[in-house]
Amino acid sequence: MFNGGGRGGRDSQKAKHFGTALKRIIHELKAFRILVIISILCAIGGSILSIIAPNQLSKITDLISEGIAPGAAMNFAAINGIALLMVGLYVSSATLELIEGLVMSQISNRFAKNLRTKISEKINRLPLRYFDRHQTGDILSRVTNDVDTVTQSLDNSLSSAVAALALLFGTIIMMFATNWILAITAMASTLIGFVFMVIILNKSQKYFIQRQAALGKLNAHIEEVYSGLNVVKAYNGKATSDRKFDRLNKDVYTANQRSQFLSGLMHPLMAFIGNFGYVAVCIVGAILTSNGTISFGVIVAFIAYVRLFTSPLQELSQITTSLQSAAAASERVFEFVDEDEMSTQKEITKTLDKTAVKGDIVFNHVKFGYDEGEIIIKDFNANVKAGQKIAIVGPTGAGKTTMVNLLMKFYEINDGDILIDGTSTKELSRENVHELFTMVLQDTWMFNGSIRENVAYNRKNITDKQIMDVCEEIGLAHFIKTLPKGLDTEVAENDEISAGQKQLLTIARGMIEDAPFLILDEATSNVDTRTEELVQDAMDKLMENRTSFIIAHRLSTIKNADLILVMNEGNIIETGNHKELMKKNGFYADLYNSQFAL
Amino acid sequence: MFKLFRNLKRRDYLFILLTLIAITTQVWLELKMPDYMSEITILVQSGNGAMNDILYNGGFMILCALGAFLANAISGYFISVIAADFSMNTRKELFDKVERLSMNEIKEFSTSSLITRTTNDITQIQMFLSMGIRMLIRAPLTAGWAIIKIANKSWQWSLTTGIAVVILIMVNITVMVLATPRFKKIQALTDCLNGVTRENLNGIRVVRAFNAEKYQEKKFDKTNGDLTQIQIFVQNVFSVMSPAMYLVMYGVTLAIYFIGAYIIDAAAAGDKLTIFGDMVVFSTYAMHVIMSFLTLSMIFMMMPRAQVSAGRINEVVDADITVKDGKKTDGVPNMRGHVEFRNVSFRYPGAEEYLLRDISFTAEKGQTVAFIGSTGSGKSTLINLVPRFYDVTEGEVLVDGLDVREYKISELNNKIGYVPQRAVIFDGTVSTNVAYGDNGKGKIHEKKIKEAIKVAQAKNFVEKLPHDYSAHLAQGGTNVSGGQKQRLAIARAIARDPEIYIFDDSFSALDYKTDSILRKELQKYTKDATSLIVAQRIGTIMHADKILVLDKGRCVGMGTHQELLKNCEVYKQIALSQLSKEELNV
Repeated sequence: MFNGGGRGGRDSQKAKHFGTALKRIIHELKAFRILVIISILCAIGGSILSIIAPNQLSKITDLISEGIAPGAAMNFAAINGIALLMVGLYVSSATLELIEGLVMSQISNRFAKNLRTKISEKINRLPLRYFDRHQTGDILSRVTNDVDTVTQSLDNSLSSAVAALALLFGTIIMMFATNWILAITAMASTLIGFVFMVIILNKSQKYFIQRQAALGKLNAHIEEVYSGLNVVKAYNGKATSDRKFDRLNKDVYTANQRSQFLSGLMHPLMAFIGNFGYVAVCIVGAILTSNGTISFGVIVAFIAYVRLFTSPLQELSQITTSLQSAAAASERVFEFVDEDEMSTQKEITKTLDKTAVKGDIVFNHVKFGYDEGEIIIKDFNANVKAGQKIAIVGPTGAGKTTMVNLLMKFYEINDGDILIDGTSTKELSRENVHELFTMVLQDTWMFNGSIRENVAYNRKNITDKQIMDVCEEIGLAHFIKTLPKGLDTEVAENDEISAGQKQLLTIARGMIEDAPFLILDEATSNVDTRTEELVQDAMDKLMENRTSFIIAHRLSTIKNADLILVMNEGNIIETGNHKELMKKNGFYADLYNSQFAL
Repeated sequence: MFKLFRNLKRRDYLFILLTLIAITTQVWLELKMPDYMSEITILVQSGNGAMNDILYNGGFMILCALGAFLANAISGYFISVIAADFSMNTRKELFDKVERLSMNEIKEFSTSSLITRTTNDITQIQMFLSMGIRMLIRAPLTAGWAIIKIANKSWQWSLTTGIAVVILIMVNITVMVLATPRFKKIQALTDCLNGVTRENLNGIRVVRAFNAEKYQEKKFDKTNGDLTQIQIFVQNVFSVMSPAMYLVMYGVTLAIYFIGAYIIDAAAAGDKLTIFGDMVVFSTYAMHVIMSFLTLSMIFMMMPRAQVSAGRINEVVDADITVKDGKKTDGVPNMRGHVEFRNVSFRYPGAEEYLLRDISFTAEKGQTVAFIGSTGSGKSTLINLVPRFYDVTEGEVLVDGLDVREYKISELNNKIGYVPQRAVIFDGTVSTNVAYGDNGKGKIHEKKIKEAIKVAQAKNFVEKLPHDYSAHLAQGGTNVSGGQKQRLAIARAIARDPEIYIFDDSFSALDYKTDSILRKELQKYTKDATSLIVAQRIGTIMHADKILVLDKGRCVGMGTHQELLKNCEVYKQIALSQLSKEELNV
């Protein structure tokens, strides 16, 4: 109740392999061995103390009732003594619980931090292949939601499970030690109620899962309608969407109502079990007292035992559910952390110095496919001389970015070789290859930070003058000077900076990098035509003296390319320069002419 | 928040009344139990109680417990119905309202905020209701009742209980004061962490190309560290709660017994046994009082969160709908397909700058009118005035010779086939997506759907999909490419058979070849329809009957491609940035 986050419906997914997942969590917790042991010891200590306390209360009651007897006097010395002892017991038990809580908060949060760091580092070690098949949202929810679920459940359950077990067995032992008949009475009456509780819990669990599913569907529909509202409006789609909404809303209603009702029964049921146990203990106790078998104080003690016995039972059943969701969430986290990483780079023997590279590239019988069975680049050969301009063209979805992926060594080629200045890229580390290329992509990727940080991205010792010089060259300097904060202006989600200007910033970033090779994924879709002219000029400047690869939608800009690779459906289907290709009158000529047709 | 209760129906109020009765019964029974308890205590204690009496009292106590349980279950049932009802009705009201808001208001609220309002915020309130109502009724009732029952027993005991309540509430408040402001920070840091991760994922190629993995990881580590630190703090604060509660509650019991010993000792011999019974009972009632106050203080903690959500919902529900429905169902009969802008100016309400200034043009039946200009020149806004996503600030937009504001909106929409810049795909099949909505002419038949798909150049890929026309499309069309989505969106407009087509930059996602074939086919298919086209590429529009060149919201040129090349500097610049001189034949 006091977990603070107030996150609603617990993720009621079931783990695929509950045991394995749990073992893994325990394994990962080994780093916190000492803290875990401290917290468990505190938990057990606290439990033991809270078991002893009722015994003492019963002693006080006995003392008082002795004092009631006609003629007898209160034994205040004894009462004071026991009261003092109990204060001591309560305080130390509370202190232990506090320590346990503080230690647990350290463990669970640091554990969560480690998990998040692991995921973050993992992202950068996974092959790009992985991201082709997985959605950003899914990975993000592992970093936040899943890790949160794991920690929250751990926090609630790890040491409390131990404490609850200790309390449970401790109470049983104490009860039997005090009086076995009452012990059996208390346990039997509680367990009967507990069976009902488990049944309800299982049922409500089912409805919670249903509710989660129904809510998910409803939310998806809402999202769909809200984000496509212009179409919904223009096509008079309101009636259709309302019908679907009403149906889904009704489903949520039903699942909501049932799950809430059933889960709402838990507490009343617990209360009833407690009261039932109380009466049972009182009646049996009364019989025993009238026989003279036990004193009245024993009954008082047992009243407390009943409470002590039911609470860990309830807690354990809650812990089981929360451990289940922890297992399910941790499975998703570990699944990600355990994904296959990129190949190790042990066989790397050579390094090319980026200042010394001339800029020749040779494609030698290159074979590649994203899937093992489906080779899309079958046998590609090309000889590119330093300073040449290579254009890659083709309709949308033709696989133009495949070439970028291979050049940048984002993917390993299946067969053949790519040679830079005569050195096979297989012999170069990925980092080394990356260093040799400047890449300006179609999507203007900017990260949260100032213009300076974005342009000087990951380069050290870049002066403001260098940045401004580059910006001057591509016509951005004036704009930056007009900004009140200049280079310190925050870039992301800033309306002051248009898409076109962002594109120019990525070009500036590329120019600062200053590598012998250049890859340009021409950006036309989010820039208006006049800005595009500016971008084009900037790109032309960038291409001077560099071997460049250009992905182009607009064919007029690549007419002067030294080599044009025409791609369709993943394959390179034509190669040559503009003249040769036009003469061929094939796919390229068709593509080129279509831009003038009506 | 109470404003939202209008969404409760008569049945719900009846249920609230029944809940009230059930809870009162429950509290009455719960507080009755200690009486039996005390009877039993005395009977057992005095040792001379007949077994029958104990069984009699015990039996009643169990009956009370069972009755309380049943009453609790009944109230729980009613509350679950009320809360679910409430959330269903409020969600419906909100959804309906959002669908009727104009794009203006949508922009102001932002789509993502509207989504969270319809989902999260309502869940928040529902959670508060389902827990809150019961507590809100029960806690004061129990506390008041219990206090009355024990008020006259002993002022020492009452004082002890009072002190305990004060201490607990103070602990509670301190914890909240320390933790609440940090919750917001945690939320912000979580967003930030998400941001850094998203940035890394979206820019993964750039990160790798610049060998910037360590750089990103450092950024992540910083936020991660900050988040962990603040979370540990908050959790530490909360760790105090449970032991403090435990300490106070057990402490109170002990104190009552301890004080009891002295009171009993001081009492007359005859009263001693009664006071002893009172003592046992009092400690039970004291627990009830303390627990009630705890619950109450918790409700007051939960309240602000629900209150904020309620406020956010009300904001939407109370928003004015600026685009109001007209009455006319049709325009001037012999002016079919006629679109005219008369001195149209537009600015967002409250904005200083005009987005469009004094635009006038006419599109005759069957004509194609195109709009070109740089980003922010207002061309999208301009054509969005036709389907009334916005209303003009000054001037008039006429469709079929009638001001668009006079039409019933659904009738106006029946005349229009609108294709947005970003294609919208709904969860469903290819067919349901193409036949989407209602065009006032009855159901769109399969033949028409196939025809539309063919004209939109989508036939090839659709027939390659598993189950072709019945192929399932995921929400947002994640299982088809951008160009394919756009073609389906165009097919949707064609299937509607409109008088006027509006293409809001709908061709940019297509490659040149598809773009050109599609437009050719479309022209053949829709000879009589008027087309309004916004485009980036000169190639897309150079054959239009009329081209409007927009610059900063003003029309700086109007005419055909050749005319504009001669006499419109802005147009010439745009054209030359895309095609070479020879290609343009100038």
